[in-house]
Amino acid sequence: MSEIFRQQLPQESTTTTSTVEVLDNTQRWTLRQFVRSDLGFLPVLLTLVAITVYFTVTTNGIFLATGNISNLLQQIITIGVEGLGVSLVLLLGEIDLSVVSVGTLSAVVMGVLSERMGVPGWEAIIAGLFIGAVAGCINGFFIAVLRVPSFIVTLAASIAYAGLLLNLLAGQATLIVHDPFITAIAGSPLSFLPDIVGVGLPTLVLMFYAAALVVDQILRRRSGLRTRSLLHLIIQVVIVAIIVEGTIVVLENTPGPTPGTYLGVPNSAAILFGLILLIWLALKKTRFGRYVYAVGGNAEAARRAGIHVVGIRMAIFTLCSTLAAIGGMLAASRANAVASQISPTLLLDAIAAAVIGGISLFGGRGSVWSIVLGALIIGSLENGLDLRSQGSDVKQMIEGAVLLFAVTIDALVRHAQAQRENDR
Amino acid sequence: MRRNSIPEGSEVLPPPGSSTGQEPRLWMRGITKSFRAVCALNNVHFEVYAGEVVGLVGDNGAGKSTLMKTISGAGPADEGEIMVDGQPVKIISPQVATRLGIEMVYQDLALCDNLDVVSNLFLGRELRTAYGTLNEMAMEQQGLAVLRTLDVKIPSIRAIVSTLSGGQRQSIAVAKTILRQAKIVLLDEPTAALGVAQTRQVLNLIRRLRGQNLAVVVISHNLADVFEVADRVIVLRLGRRAGTFDVKTTTTQQIVAAMTGAEFGEIMQSETTDENRPQKGNES
Repeated sequence: MSEIFRQQLPQESTTTTSTVEVLDNTQRWTLRQFVRSDLGFLPVLLTLVAITVYFTVTTNGIFLATGNISNLLQQIITIGVEGLGVSLVLLLGEIDLSVVSVGTLSAVVMGVLSERMGVPGWEAIIAGLFIGAVAGCINGFFIAVLRVPSFIVTLAASIAYAGLLLNLLAGQATLIVHDPFITAIAGSPLSFLPDIVGVGLPTLVLMFYAAALVVDQILRRRSGLRTRSLLHLIIQVVIVAIIVEGTIVVLENTPGPTPGTYLGVPNSAAILFGLILLIWLALKKTRFGRYVYAVGGNAEAARRAGIHVVGIRMAIFTLCSTLAAIGGMLAASRANAVASQISPTLLLDAIAAAVIGGISLFGGRGSVWSIVLGALIIGSLENGLDLRSQGSDVKQMIEGAVLLFAVTIDALVRHAQAQRENDR
Repeated sequence: MRRNSIPEGSEVLPPPGSSTGQEPRLWMRGITKSFRAVCALNNVHFEVYAGEVVGLVGDNGAGKSTLMKTISGAGPADEGEIMVDGQPVKIISPQVATRLGIEMVYQDLALCDNLDVVSNLFLGRELRTAYGTLNEMAMEQQGLAVLRTLDVKIPSIRAIVSTLSGGQRQSIAVAKTILRQAKIVLLDEPTAALGVAQTRQVLNLIRRLRGQNLAVVVISHNLADVFEVADRVIVLRLGRRAGTFDVKTTTTQQIVAAMTGAEFGEIMQSETTDENRPQKGNES
């Protein structure tokens, strides 16, 4: 193709164009670039560290005891899974206020089917997932096809499903779930992975991740594309490895209820991280994921590029509600019960976890991994304040303040970036 | 691909219908389009050849955008026939236009600011590996090749588009059409809101598109830019073609006159417009 372009241009125009920036393949990592692109989560991480230090000191180290860490991890599962769904919707620049209602509804459907109608546990779970998917489809239809604002649609859905689940429970406030399959997921002493899986699976994933990075690096270098520095690559792999293996070591050394036994990796944590991993891969490595970001960034441009915007929106709302259903059923499994009362703070916690982690409320920016940081911050606050025997009054005030703080930081960072772009 | 090696700025293509035997890349006859009572386009003829830059000018409401939409498929014409490379076609949707090799670069550029350059270049037609995942490396290589041949300069092909300058963004939007194997490129106000250096950058880019034997249509209010880059200028006025001018033999005043209707002087191609003249206009 290139010979076609070898056209003589007037002298003056060639000289003017050659003075602009040059496209080069050399490595140029400035510190500022590094901080902005790779360490964008640094403020959040520092906040988490500060919270951890504070609670560790004020609870005489109980906060960082292995038992409490394992507990904390299990406490954030529902926030994490529902926050994951919310993150996807936020990436589109939309909002879903119905996640907790949908999650609770799915759990109620699961509970009613297995307790009152004798349906086997796994079939009840599939029914719960199906209810979640249908609820998401309905949301998606109104939002994507009829273009009703998502705020209103999901708020209405939230209220309607709250009523529906009361109706299904028929006046019962709490329905105890006995099905062994359901409780085994997250709510029994058996709800932990066998050591070989608990250690082996994450390690395998880790090795695969490192190998993929190295292969990518080699292939890129071979085809003359810009590569990251080797040091950067090594640091990245080492940090991820330390986090993953460190967490596993802590979990594997968590004492169990009977002396001499150890708990290991909770099933629910494996489900959460598995879901995040899958969704992260789908967002980063597939067309679908690229389109999600494109629709969130500029829906009109996406439409003109031939992307089925309505389909993407429908899919994401369906996925979000399905994740909400998983979150709700995990909560029910952990509690061994489903309640007619919808947790009043869970919705805001899930949204806060996504926003605190760095998913922009305005669409198209953020990584789903940040949900882990966000959920950890919210979870640590709850957990730490519980350890200090604080009531929900103090907890809610502090959580509100932290959420406001996080959103303010998000807004300020965006403002600063917009300013910098305008200055160019 | 065939290429005209003609000195810059003075390139003159054979007038339409002349004896060179060259077929227009895009040929439109009797294009009519109404919005309720308003007749936006009234029996307009339009043609553009391969390796030619046509400037489409006209006052606000003259029908430039409407005409472009009939070509890009965003707003199909009510009446009229269209031929691409001599084949009669019906452009009923943007998808059809894309399949015919017609690409439009809108004034708002339709870029996703939150994505990087490669993602934008391949948006909607990402290359995939055998496993169905995104083939980032192939996309980067092809993207780099196109940006190099178009002589577009950006800090990195992985730069987020919101960090680029207006001229760079325009270049990315144009490079996108090349990656889509465009044969006809429509540019809507490509130099609006650009500084002097960036305007020059974009005009050079348009010349390179012509060098690639594409048919290029530039819609612009800026007559100076049109004169610098176009081979022919087609003037629309009140939904009709008010004249066709060869930039080499025309002055800005003549075109302004045609745009404003002060006089219908110096019409290059009488056969393209005269036959419609007697019709009653329903504008105003």
